[in-house]
Amino acid sequence: MATADQGTVNEGSAKQSTTAAPANRWGDDPLFKPKKRLTSGGLLALLVKVILLGIIDAVAILAVYILVGKGDWIAAGVLVIVVALVNFVYLRPGLLPGKYLTPGLFFLAIFQIFVIVYTAFIAFTNAGDAHNSTKEDAIAQIISTSQDRVPDSPSYTVQVLKQGDQFGLLVAEPGGDLSFGTNEQPLEEVNGPPDGWDELNLNQIIRFQDEVLAVNVPISDDINDGTLRTSDGQNAFVFTSSLEYDESADTFTDAETGVVYVDDGEGNFRAENGETLTPGWRVFIGLDNFASVFTNEQIRDPLLRVTIWTFVFAALSTLVCFAFGLFLAIVLNHPTLRGKKVYRILVILPYAFPAYLTGLVWAGMLNQEFGYINEVLLNGASIPWLADPWLARFSVIFVNMWLGYGYMFLVCTGALQSLPDDIVEAGKVDGASAWRIFRSIKMPLLFVAVAPLLIATFAYNFNNFGVIYMLTRGNPRFTDTTLDIGATDIMITMVYKVAFGGGGGRDLGLASALSILIFIIVTVVAIVSFRQTKALEDIN
Amino acid sequence: MKVNRKSAIGVGALIAGSMILLGGCASGGSGDDSGDSGDSGDSTPITVWVDIERKPALEPVAKSFTEDTGIEVKLVTKDFATVDQDFISQVPTGKGPDIIVSPHDKLGAYVAAGVVAPLELGDVADGFAEASIQAMTYDGKVYGVPYSIENVALVRNTDLVAEPAATFDEVIANGKAAGTEYPFLVGLSPEQGDPYHLYPLQTSFGSQVFAQNADGSYDASQLVLGDAAGEAFAGWLATQGAAGTGVFNANIDGDRAREFFVAGKSPYYLTGPWNIPAISEAGINYAVDPLPSAGGQEARPFVGVNGFFLSSKSINALAATNFIVNYLSTEDAQLALYEVGGRPPALISAYETAAEADPDVLAFGAIGQKGAPMPSIPEMGAVWSDWGNAELQIIKGEGGDPATVWETAATNIQGKI
Repeated sequence: MATADQGTVNEGSAKQSTTAAPANRWGDDPLFKPKKRLTSGGLLALLVKVILLGIIDAVAILAVYILVGKGDWIAAGVLVIVVALVNFVYLRPGLLPGKYLTPGLFFLAIFQIFVIVYTAFIAFTNAGDAHNSTKEDAIAQIISTSQDRVPDSPSYTVQVLKQGDQFGLLVAEPGGDLSFGTNEQPLEEVNGPPDGWDELNLNQIIRFQDEVLAVNVPISDDINDGTLRTSDGQNAFVFTSSLEYDESADTFTDAETGVVYVDDGEGNFRAENGETLTPGWRVFIGLDNFASVFTNEQIRDPLLRVTIWTFVFAALSTLVCFAFGLFLAIVLNHPTLRGKKVYRILVILPYAFPAYLTGLVWAGMLNQEFGYINEVLLNGASIPWLADPWLARFSVIFVNMWLGYGYMFLVCTGALQSLPDDIVEAGKVDGASAWRIFRSIKMPLLFVAVAPLLIATFAYNFNNFGVIYMLTRGNPRFTDTTLDIGATDIMITMVYKVAFGGGGGRDLGLASALSILIFIIVTVVAIVSFRQTKALEDIN
Repeated sequence: MKVNRKSAIGVGALIAGSMILLGGCASGGSGDDSGDSGDSGDSTPITVWVDIERKPALEPVAKSFTEDTGIEVKLVTKDFATVDQDFISQVPTGKGPDIIVSPHDKLGAYVAAGVVAPLELGDVADGFAEASIQAMTYDGKVYGVPYSIENVALVRNTDLVAEPAATFDEVIANGKAAGTEYPFLVGLSPEQGDPYHLYPLQTSFGSQVFAQNADGSYDASQLVLGDAAGEAFAGWLATQGAAGTGVFNANIDGDRAREFFVAGKSPYYLTGPWNIPAISEAGINYAVDPLPSAGGQEARPFVGVNGFFLSSKSINALAATNFIVNYLSTEDAQLALYEVGGRPPALISAYETAAEADPDVLAFGAIGQKGAPMPSIPEMGAVWSDWGNAELQIIKGEGGDPATVWETAATNIQGKI
């Protein structure tokens, strides 16, 4: 045991010792031959590995079974390939980088790549509340809603009867007479249940509910008089259909007016006069969503303003947080200051509270009439902190600073403390002033450490949904656009409003297109910024 | 035995990986378990999406249904604020419920998305208040069984003002005479206004949002918000806002208004039945008065109706229809729902029973009968924001001439539709 443990301290050294100096580990045993092993980590590690892979494979087989059962071949295929790759990577000796990278790649694929690809996919469709499902669903729904109960027709009490695969209705007419009919055979007066037909009880009705719901008994030889249907197996009503679906031509025809509704290729059945049937269905519409972002004035103009504000908001938030955090870090880093720990704890407190809570609390405190700021601090002033566009913008940035400076303080304190004393010392010896030392020595060194964090903060604030939504919801509103967009809306809250907001139904396709645009902007900003920071690293 | 660090990382990753797969599989499976029926017994359970408040009221109804039919009813608690969006997204995937509890103003969106199935209520419909069935009707088809009606009323602190008043001017005069901090309270929002609460005052000027057809349904092609009556209301609103008497104060939101009323800071509070428990718990002696008229005509509030809807992709449609039409429409079920929610029941017989025991229900119900159902057409979604914002601007005395502000909002809404 002891020797084995020694060998497993670290895989690298184990390999080294087995190949280069076996004598160290195995003594002078002449029978020892280095052999290929399934795992380098000993029996337990092998066991754990096999068990875990077994679990993954078992789950995957079950999942594939279910997916194939549902006819979802693409998902099943992807799953098989992924699991095969995972098995290959972990069972094959070697492939060490692969063993490290696989979990990371797996999560990258699920949480990043899949999400982006799916969003892009939606961006090319007309998905939204009015185009919610497939064409088959839409046709079924149109047919189902085109059934009108014949006005003033009586309600019938029925029994469902069954013979073989056939279903029929035994109907008690309002007068007391009994009638019977099936899908093919119109209602006919009878004295009792016809021979050979069995009455279904409720359980049986429910078991055969698809068939029972499809029972459609004509009440007379003339089909236009309507058909009898039951939706609960107990009561039936006479319905006529106001729309006829022609499967071969793929059109709906209005039974009364003769108007023909044709698939318009945009996810609706449309008549010549432009009228459409609800619901529609999802189709690919190419670049239409992206085009409307740039051509539809209702979207383009506000989007431009929102984009500018988003950049200003993200840049100012980052700058203000950093400046204030750095200032506090320098002040509280002074070697002779007493009670540093207490101050530091107090300074990072706002950072420790949940941002959503802080946003709501600040919204209350900034209320024009009853807020703490106006009522107590400003002695009853009536300053519209959140109601005036410019003050609202200021408030949003201020609250965001409150939320973010603690983080910058932590980062800067750490970076400042890691600066070597000797260069500062050297600066002093050379006669540099404190400001000069800060500007020419500390700042450049500090930037090496914090520049990537500043870029990350910028990207984070670019999509800082929480603070905007909790504080102002984007209000005060622009009065000159019809979209529900306001002065403090940033792009991500605008996307949210388009996708889920109040303004008349959700438009997931357009929202996805906007998301993709934001993704591109953030990516470009990040790439450019990281290039720039490489220059900073040369200082070291 | 020691496990080295690298393999520990690998093991951890594998555990995480298998979790993901398990998770993915579980969610894949859950849609399926309602699908394969036959093997496990006779029946597939019915799934109902319900909010946490109403769940206990539905439990006895579900139990009696299960006893009669052997079909289990699964009551799944959902967040009421987003349940409509979840419903629209999940029904097409087959993972939605069979039945959803929802306010009627979402119905238009459900129909546009094709996620609800029409129901034929037959004689059952006759037992319900006409307005409630109207609210469940869209494009001439009934889609749900209603169970409660809610609307606002004027709640009066009887210790401060003894007698009810008919007009808004009298209300304000009484309020001022009472010598409290505020003559009248209504919960608004400093960011968005609140057209829902102000609507009865607007209708007292004869102004509506959409024109109504003969059968009570709304005509989306006729936006009448910006007509002369609407402008008259806008002009009046300005005189009661920050630039005028200051009766309406946008900085008093719903929570503050309730707080002030409960603290006795005002004799009047325009609110709905949902705030009555807080008021009576605080020991305030109150009465529920009819809504006062500001413009001379009758003040008609929006009526909101809650109901049960059937999913268009329910795989258990027959049983679910049976549950909705024949079990949830009973007096017992409607009274049980009334007990937990405090809203007047939609079933007339249940309403009468409830009204006998509780004068508040009677008062709210009487006002509701004069009200108009909140429009459920999807176009209404485009109205709220501009409408509220215009009222907010007028109350604050911003944006210049109130009639112009009102007109701009109406034009914007028309543009969106």
